[in-house]
Amino acid sequence: MSDRAKRNALLSLFIALHLVVILPGFFSTQGYAEQSRDLPFSPPTRLHFVRPDRHFSLRPFIYGWNQAALDIGTYEVDRSQIYPIRFLVRGSTYTIVKGITASTHLLGVDKPGRLFLFGTDDFGRDEFSRMLYGGRISILAGWIGAAIALFTGAIVGLISGYSGRWVDSVTMRLVELFMALPWLYLLFAVRAILPLRIETTDTFILLIAVVGIIGWARPARLVRSMVLTAKERNFVLAARAMGASNFHILRKHILPQVLALLLTMAAYLIPQFILAEVTLSFLGLGIGEPVPSWGTLLAELQKYNVLVNYWWMYAPGIALVALFLIYHWASSTIQQRVGVPLT
Amino acid sequence: MKQLAVRLGQRLLLLVGVSLCTFALLSAAPGNFFDDLKLNPQISPATVSALQAQYGANRPFPERYARWVESIFRGDWGYSLSYHCPVGGLVWQRARNTLLLTAFAVLLAWMLAIPWGIAEALYKGGWVDRTGELILALLLATPDVLFALLLLLLAARTGWFPTGGMSSSDVTQLSFAQRIGDLSRHLFLPVLALALTTLPILARHVRSAMIGVLDAPFLIAARGHGIPKSRLLYRHALPVALNSLISLFGFSVGSLLSISLLVEVILSWPGLGPLVIEAVLARDIYVVVAATMFSAVCLIAGNLLADFLLYCIDPRVRTAQS
Repeated sequence: MSDRAKRNALLSLFIALHLVVILPGFFSTQGYAEQSRDLPFSPPTRLHFVRPDRHFSLRPFIYGWNQAALDIGTYEVDRSQIYPIRFLVRGSTYTIVKGITASTHLLGVDKPGRLFLFGTDDFGRDEFSRMLYGGRISILAGWIGAAIALFTGAIVGLISGYSGRWVDSVTMRLVELFMALPWLYLLFAVRAILPLRIETTDTFILLIAVVGIIGWARPARLVRSMVLTAKERNFVLAARAMGASNFHILRKHILPQVLALLLTMAAYLIPQFILAEVTLSFLGLGIGEPVPSWGTLLAELQKYNVLVNYWWMYAPGIALVALFLIYHWASSTIQQRVGVPLT
Repeated sequence: MKQLAVRLGQRLLLLVGVSLCTFALLSAAPGNFFDDLKLNPQISPATVSALQAQYGANRPFPERYARWVESIFRGDWGYSLSYHCPVGGLVWQRARNTLLLTAFAVLLAWMLAIPWGIAEALYKGGWVDRTGELILALLLATPDVLFALLLLLLAARTGWFPTGGMSSSDVTQLSFAQRIGDLSRHLFLPVLALALTTLPILARHVRSAMIGVLDAPFLIAARGHGIPKSRLLYRHALPVALNSLISLFGFSVGSLLSISLLVEVILSWPGLGPLVIEAVLARDIYVVVAATMFSAVCLIAGNLLADFLLYCIDPRVRTAQS
């Protein structure tokens, strides 16, 4: 495969992944809190192509589950009825953006049948749907957190690098203060400041805030060092000699030089911030039930029997690895293109 | 030496700043330990306010800070409200275990990373390099949470390793050598989880540092003199590449401390991790402050150690000041 084809393939994967996460309602098969209490920990539903009468069907279909007679929690395939997979079916209603609702799902089966692509958890909730909804929370937290951190970092770095003197030394001491702590300790310390028991929607905002608060120091320092060299460039000096205002110079001449750095930082920071959200939620300091995030989904694995018996509960972990691989690839590609070292 | 002393002074000032900030922020936090007591109908409001007065929770901030600083010199580091004992002993007991874990992890990670990076640099572009990079990319993309969970699964499934704790229940009856064996069996999984998480970053740095050195003219000359390859690599090339790696050492200490917090919780290692999370949940702020201070001290100590090593190893750094 040529480099170009590889790049296009990875780029489309990157976009597809984020599309799925932006529209979890459409791609999921049911809502994240819908329970099937009669089917706790049911394994992933297998898609079949060969009917019981040995005819091949192009449209995949599934069988239902029967509770095994003796063991609670083990299931037998019920071959008496088949449920063909249908596309673009009507199902439970979901919100796309606040106020806009829809009820079309990409995949579904006819009513009594239930489709659990990645199995179910202890309440019989569909792990696949929960994973998609959880991805929305985790990835959005990473994105918005990175946006906040980069925005603050850029402004602080620009001002401190451009003005120099005491402003510079004060902000740099502050940056050092933030960087004197290992990041997880910093995360806990900041989390400890904020209220403990809150609504789930507020928790999301709070998570972003936490991530944004701890993340600004590194970008600020990098931007500052870029600005220090940028402001000595000849065209900047020329602009100043012609009487351009400070704001004009910063916006028109210095910011463009820093943008490439910010882009590289973003690709580097987003996975880290996703991980920050996952960590907090994993430890029970972030998003709470029933709203899923990848952290809370992974936290299920802390229960011994889930860890050992139900392999499909690892799905969010695998999703996390795939996502990080793509992000690391993106960040190294951008870095090679732009040529800004991140140290 | 003067340089190092100045650095030391700066770092100490930084520590004071860190303490002031964390202390101020945590005391400004909404809600405190006594809020839960107020909710309890069996405890009268009078008792709660008496307790608050006893622990000085309602005093102004400067006074509380001053008291806290004073308690540091007594070795107390404040009083833990949920454990009913001075924080110093409590945190130190746990911090010791965290340090033990981190020290071994640093050792293991570097012992793996150096040969790994050198092998990759040596066969740059070959299959060794490419498969090595592939594995590193996978390791880098695997979050620490997942590593710990997978290792826990390994322990649970095979029974080769204990699934948590620091010692077996019959540890008091074992001989000294058996105790060491027992401890190392308990240490293995957490150390492995930590080392695997930091390995990719370290190995990549070793690789790029070595690639820079391997093309240098002095190495070609040395090879021309017929110096054997292993000696060439470890005695001639590595010391030159070491400079940038030593600064990385300080960083690796900090990141390992972070990761260990999480790994300890999952693999039930009795270190700082579980303690800090309980303390955050219980609003036991002195414990949080002490743990934060401990982490800052470790990170700064790691950086200072790196500075010192650099000073010892690189004559340029040593002579630059005079």
